[in-house]
Amino acid sequence: MPTKHLLKIEDLHHSFGEDEVLKGISLALNKGETKVIVGPSGTGKSTILNNIIRLVPPVSGKIYLEDVEITSTKKINQIRQQIGFVFQDFGLFNHLTAKGNVMIGLTKVKKMDKKEAEKIAMEELERVGIGGFADSYPSQLSGGQKQRVGIARALAMKPKLILFDEPTSSLDPELTGEVLTVMRNLAQEGMTMLIVTHEMGFARTVADELIFMEGGHIIEQGPPEKLFKNPEHKRTREFLFKLTDLYGEGEE
Amino acid sequence: MIENIDLIQSALPFLLRGTVVTIQLTFWSLLLGVVVGLPLAFAQVYGNKVVTFFTAIYERIARSIPLLVILLLINYALPMLGFRIPVFRAAVLGIGLRSSAYQSQIYRGAIQSVSGSQLKAAMSLGMNKLTAFTHIIAPQAIRIAIPPVTNESAIVLKDTSLAFTIGVVELVRQGDYFIATSNEPMVIYLTVAAIYFVLTTTINLALSLFEKKYKIPGIGIEGGHSDAY
Repeated sequence: MPTKHLLKIEDLHHSFGEDEVLKGISLALNKGETKVIVGPSGTGKSTILNNIIRLVPPVSGKIYLEDVEITSTKKINQIRQQIGFVFQDFGLFNHLTAKGNVMIGLTKVKKMDKKEAEKIAMEELERVGIGGFADSYPSQLSGGQKQRVGIARALAMKPKLILFDEPTSSLDPELTGEVLTVMRNLAQEGMTMLIVTHEMGFARTVADELIFMEGGHIIEQGPPEKLFKNPEHKRTREFLFKLTDLYGEGEE
Repeated sequence: MIENIDLIQSALPFLLRGTVVTIQLTFWSLLLGVVVGLPLAFAQVYGNKVVTFFTAIYERIARSIPLLVILLLINYALPMLGFRIPVFRAAVLGIGLRSSAYQSQIYRGAIQSVSGSQLKAAMSLGMNKLTAFTHIIAPQAIRIAIPPVTNESAIVLKDTSLAFTIGVVELVRQGDYFIATSNEPMVIYLTVAAIYFVLTTTINLALSLFEKKYKIPGIGIEGGHSDAY
């Protein structure tokens, strides 16, 4: 079924053994949109992202990238090249420098010429502000720098959208700030992003739409200001207000 | 003192002949260990339950029986079952198969220590499993495996001395032959010990040079070397 959306998820279900973590999720992303999924831990937010590129194949439901049904395609590796993924624990390749990490997808997957890949890698590292660390190995970088390498690696593949799976959850507040700044810039540049995060201030200021999830369901989705100020569901209010109480309203 | 040096000088040609056999035993045993140990490691990491079950049993058995007993079994029990093999091959078989059990554990640990998130990241870029293995896992696993493999190599080298008991004329047996005619056990055994010392030190040195040459910050035990294992 063709769709005008860049990414469309229809009635997604997923279970881990007996435990049903996603109970019918539907959402869609247009080109250039940033949507942020928030909600208590263990409600299946990250599972959605893993389902999308089939790192964890979904149990049922359909996911489309433009016209291609990801859930049934045989060419999943081609889909994965078009969807960036940024991991909570970075997933950097420890035997490669920052530059090597960004290059390897280009040279080994896209079969790009080394020189050209290196040029793109340097551009992307500059873009996330760590061009000076191109020759450093992951063990020599701070958490924030590692995550920015992770983002550069995703960007270098020229993806149609990027999925962020709690990109700042293993960082301290200062490092969180530098990663969020990069993501904010990407949003302003028009990158399509689907983000799972607990950073409410970021969600509120950057998201075009906020999606509140709990217990495997989407409870409420809409413009962040509406969800923060005038949510339709009591539970949304409880959750968002608890977090803004804890963390304050803006994040920087 | 002078007599001792003369003695060693006259013993040396025999001992060196034995040393060559010891080195050959070590080489072929280690090679057999790699050839059997690597597939075992892959079976343990990527195999299904049945496969991992059987490899686990193999490893358990190979690691639970003293090498001397393994060698005696291969040399004396196999012929009774109709398999007669020359003692050199019997020794390689016994030492190599036992080493394969230890080596497979080294390789398995090295593969598994390259974390799952790196594999996920590789997949997320669109890599297939083979590319991810050859370009992400293997380069790291090899580096991680070098120190324990060095250690295992030194152990195998020393354990080849047990081949003496089934009649392989290696370093220790050559020494024994010479003692039979010279009746100077201490000097000869000390010389034999010195030769083992030189051989193991060479192995350690060679592999630690290799390790240093390919060292990458953050991979393997920081500052660790073969003796730390």
